[in-house]
Amino acid sequence: MDPKTIKTIIEISYILAAVFFIFGLKMLGSQKTARKGNLISSVGMLLAIVATLLNQGLKFEWIAIGFGAGALIGALAAFLVKMTSMPEMVALFNGFGGIASLLVAWWEYLEKYQGNTQLTSAPLGEWIVPVVAIGFAVFIGGVTFTGSLVAYAKLAERIPTQPYLFPGQVPLNLLLLLVSLGLIGLFSYNPAEGNLYFYALLALSFLFGILGTIPIGGADMPVAIALLNSYSGLAACAAGFVLTNTVLIVSGSLVGASGIILTNIMCKAMNRKLINVLIAGDLGGAKLTKKIEGEAKPISPQDAYYIIEAARSVIFVPGYGMAVAQAQHVVKELGKILEDNGAEVKYVVHPVAGRMPGHMNVLLAEADVPYEQLVVPEDVNPIMESIDVAIVVGANDVVNPAARTDKGSALYGMPIIDVDKAKTVIVLKRSLRPGFAGVDNPLFFNENTRMLLGDAKSSIQALINEFKD
Amino acid sequence: MLLLFVFVLSIFLGFELISKVPSQLHTPLMSGSNAISGITIVGALLAAGASQNDTIGIVLGTLAVCAATINVVGGYLVTDRMLGMFSTKDEKK
Repeated sequence: MDPKTIKTIIEISYILAAVFFIFGLKMLGSQKTARKGNLISSVGMLLAIVATLLNQGLKFEWIAIGFGAGALIGALAAFLVKMTSMPEMVALFNGFGGIASLLVAWWEYLEKYQGNTQLTSAPLGEWIVPVVAIGFAVFIGGVTFTGSLVAYAKLAERIPTQPYLFPGQVPLNLLLLLVSLGLIGLFSYNPAEGNLYFYALLALSFLFGILGTIPIGGADMPVAIALLNSYSGLAACAAGFVLTNTVLIVSGSLVGASGIILTNIMCKAMNRKLINVLIAGDLGGAKLTKKIEGEAKPISPQDAYYIIEAARSVIFVPGYGMAVAQAQHVVKELGKILEDNGAEVKYVVHPVAGRMPGHMNVLLAEADVPYEQLVVPEDVNPIMESIDVAIVVGANDVVNPAARTDKGSALYGMPIIDVDKAKTVIVLKRSLRPGFAGVDNPLFFNENTRMLLGDAKSSIQALINEFKD
Repeated sequence: MLLLFVFVLSIFLGFELISKVPSQLHTPLMSGSNAISGITIVGALLAAGASQNDTIGIVLGTLAVCAATINVVGGYLVTDRMLGMFSTKDEKK
């Protein structure tokens, strides 16, 4: 085939790939079509890869090595990862996407621009776009890479999950951002002799990714992951401008936009402003202004059994504690027993429960909970008064009634699951030291709340055993 | 300029596509869209395939292919694994 025909085939394949991505993303939005949508999107990717390999003059040996190693690592990671560790896995994959875009831009710089003094004698308009794009691809890619590594380390608890704050953090980060943008400008002005600026930018992007992620606390991680997801798309998009390649620009900006939407949803669900999540760190719990008084009423598994045995409608409210205790399978088992016992059972998942958006839903789906029993707070809150028993498994802030009542609290205004309005609430909690200052959830002291203390998994197992006896 | 036009339109398209996804599916949506960001593999393949005698070019290109492939292969497979778990009552029977 002549080169022109090949080029046309490649271009058409890229357009098709973009169409497949769009359909795939659209179909990911509904449970019925999601799996097929993901498949369609992956076919689009395959098409883009095969089309790229049609380019003439490519040597395949290094491609094969890189691709083989990457495919092996990726496949192993995808099959071996536990569903509870999904947040850190997605964070890592994000990071790899970011570093790939950075490396592509780096390569382009070395091959085409470094030392190329002829280039800058041409009119500015002919070369400036890819050069500025190199700067952005390196910066966003670098931030995505180290930011994702820090997020991974926090989620996997390799480093402390608390926000790491120090005096002058915000001004320092702002300064780094400004200097980085300045470096992109200096580099673009004269890319042929831009070595110093390029490598300074590279180093700063890594530093900025780290410093930008360490102030984000464990509970704010859903926002961080959504945002890093967006960055990895934008990095690919910048790489597209470097290569003047439309399929990269389209796909990258689709991902960038979807990440921003998710970030926004997460912020709303947590009642946080994005800027605060990014620069101010975690607020360290609810921080109530009103003193909570009262006495928590512990309950034995046997007494809890009598309550739920008689219940006609039961909801489970899972939180990160369920993932920590790996309790999703016993929760589902208890739910099944209750259903066989004639109760209507639902699992109410708050959008930010867990460490990434939708995390609890994945765990419950893994435990074989049918999709229609996974519901959102808006479905249940209006009929909460008619619910006999709400069982809270390792959730805290998302069921804290102070979000409705305590105007001074950091939670005030956050949409919550109103379990306190159910007839009876059973809260599974590891321990409850009476008078302990850290207890800042008035739910625990409510008249209709019972505390089932102990490890969530063994507590539920104890309830299951009561049913079996 | 045309590229910028494509960019802006795609951003709007992305907003439209994602804004109505139910929160139950946010995790697979995120890992699925993350896999799409691995499209940078196109650039990586071109880089690795065009490098011949310069060591640094080969290293950068091969590493780029490797990282992008991890993102693509891992991202799609793990999304498929998750979505395989989401099923309705009828499908379970």
